Amino acid sequence: MTDADSAADSAGDPPENDGQQFDRLPTTADERVVPGRPTREEVVQWWEQRFGVPPETWDGHTFWEKGNGKIWAFAADVVSPIAVEGLGLRILRARQEHWKPSTNAVQRFCRDATENVVVLDDEEAACFARGDDQELPRWDGDWGYVVAAHEIAGDIEPIGVGLYLHGELRSTVPKGRREDLE
Amino acid sequence: MQRLERYASLVDDFDAFRAACERPLPSVVRVNTLKASIERAREALDAEGVAYEATDWHPGVLRLDERGPGTSWPYFHGWLHGQEEVSALPALALDPQPGEVVWDAAAAPGSKTTQLADLMEDEGVLVGNDNNLGRLSALRHNAERLGITNLVVTNQDARNFSFKPFGDRTDDAKRIEAFDKALVDAPCSCEGTIRKNPDALDRWSMTHVESVAGIQKGILRRAIQATKPGGTVVYSTCTFAPEENEAVLDHVLDEGDCEMREWDAPEGFETDPGVTEWDGETYDPSVELAHRVYPHRNDTGGFFCAKLEVTA
Repeated sequence: MTDADSAADSAGDPPENDGQQFDRLPTTADERVVPGRPTREEVVQWWEQRFGVPPETWDGHTFWEKGNGKIWAFAADVVSPIAVEGLGLRILRARQEHWKPSTNAVQRFCRDATENVVVLDDEEAACFARGDDQELPRWDGDWGYVVAAHEIAGDIEPIGVGLYLHGELRSTVPKGRREDLE
Repeated sequence: MQRLERYASLVDDFDAFRAACERPLPSVVRVNTLKASIERAREALDAEGVAYEATDWHPGVLRLDERGPGTSWPYFHGWLHGQEEVSALPALALDPQPGEVVWDAAAAPGSKTTQLADLMEDEGVLVGNDNNLGRLSALRHNAERLGITNLVVTNQDARNFSFKPFGDRTDDAKRIEAFDKALVDAPCSCEGTIRKNPDALDRWSMTHVESVAGIQKGILRRAIQATKPGGTVVYSTCTFAPEENEAVLDHVLDEGDCEMREWDAPEGFETDPGVTEWDGETYDPSVELAHRVYPHRNDTGGFFCAKLEVTA
């Protein structure tokens, strides 16, 4: 994470993230005021580098932080900060070494993903949707967070977020979204 | 069921009404076109052998042969959402457009809210409010599962809804101080859900009807105040009681800042007009433009839906 926050230096303690409100992300590092807050540029680049999601995917969305490192995408713009319960879709957990995308973001925004997409067969897909981990030695791509996908109704569709480590695909489908689809 | 006898004078063919109220409701899903086209969702259901029948009046509202949409791939992908058939009406009456600023005053758990987002093509600002924090988490869960990104979730008493969080009375160019359209799908005595919840009437009392009618008037009044002149407000309930329907409309019409507007129910969906006399009371004649939905007409739950235009 870059640390290019000059605005806060002159005013004593730098401002901190406030978990009770949404703050719009700074566009670039030059505009960063709250230390450690990711920038819009970094978020767009992360999706492009990790999954090949085209940057223009996000042209209609603003990005916000509420809670430590929880990044949300919103389809319009409103005043910042804004103290509300929800603002668009939570897409990402940042402020940690390996940023973690959300299941719902991957389903919505990774249809055109080209990198780190693991296409599962029927049995593997059902295992993943149940929330179970599985051996998957055939994957020879990157370790880390991947998009688990399968073919349905004539096209490849993202199912959710997998964590690939040591030949194993771990399912991160949240408890409330797991289904037995065998 | 006996509670419903009080509506015998309002309903043609009351025996058919009563018989329909005693049948369970079919399981119905709506296709979420933000994530899949109607054709693709239906193709996926076909491939899984899930039998369904499209409703006469909407190709994206599907009656399933068996109960429960939860365990299928198209549901897992957020292509489908379980929604009672008749509850698809108010969003169609409101007819929100992409880019508008729209309020859902009592939004949780969100079947109508998510339908509004779909009609808005996920563009513009949709404010989903509910005073119950527990129910708000269901709203958020449903909206996220369906991939909606234009929803702002608020937790206020709708009767006193404040734009303060939205920069009201500041000079911020991004402030919001009024809505283009509002849906008041009001808390109610839920008589019309008897087919889904056979015990829906167990706790029915006139005192409850009167107290909930007070809340309904308060929410509808605030929705009319908070909507721009020329904007639309839709009022709906899932109950038959005129005290909670036409009487609530009569109350806001009497205050003079809105008028009833005609709205045609979808072709193939049969409704009855609002009533202008009930239990010794008479209501503004324009409430006839509202729609009463009786369970035997379309084999659905019971419902009430009215469209208003804000005039001042």
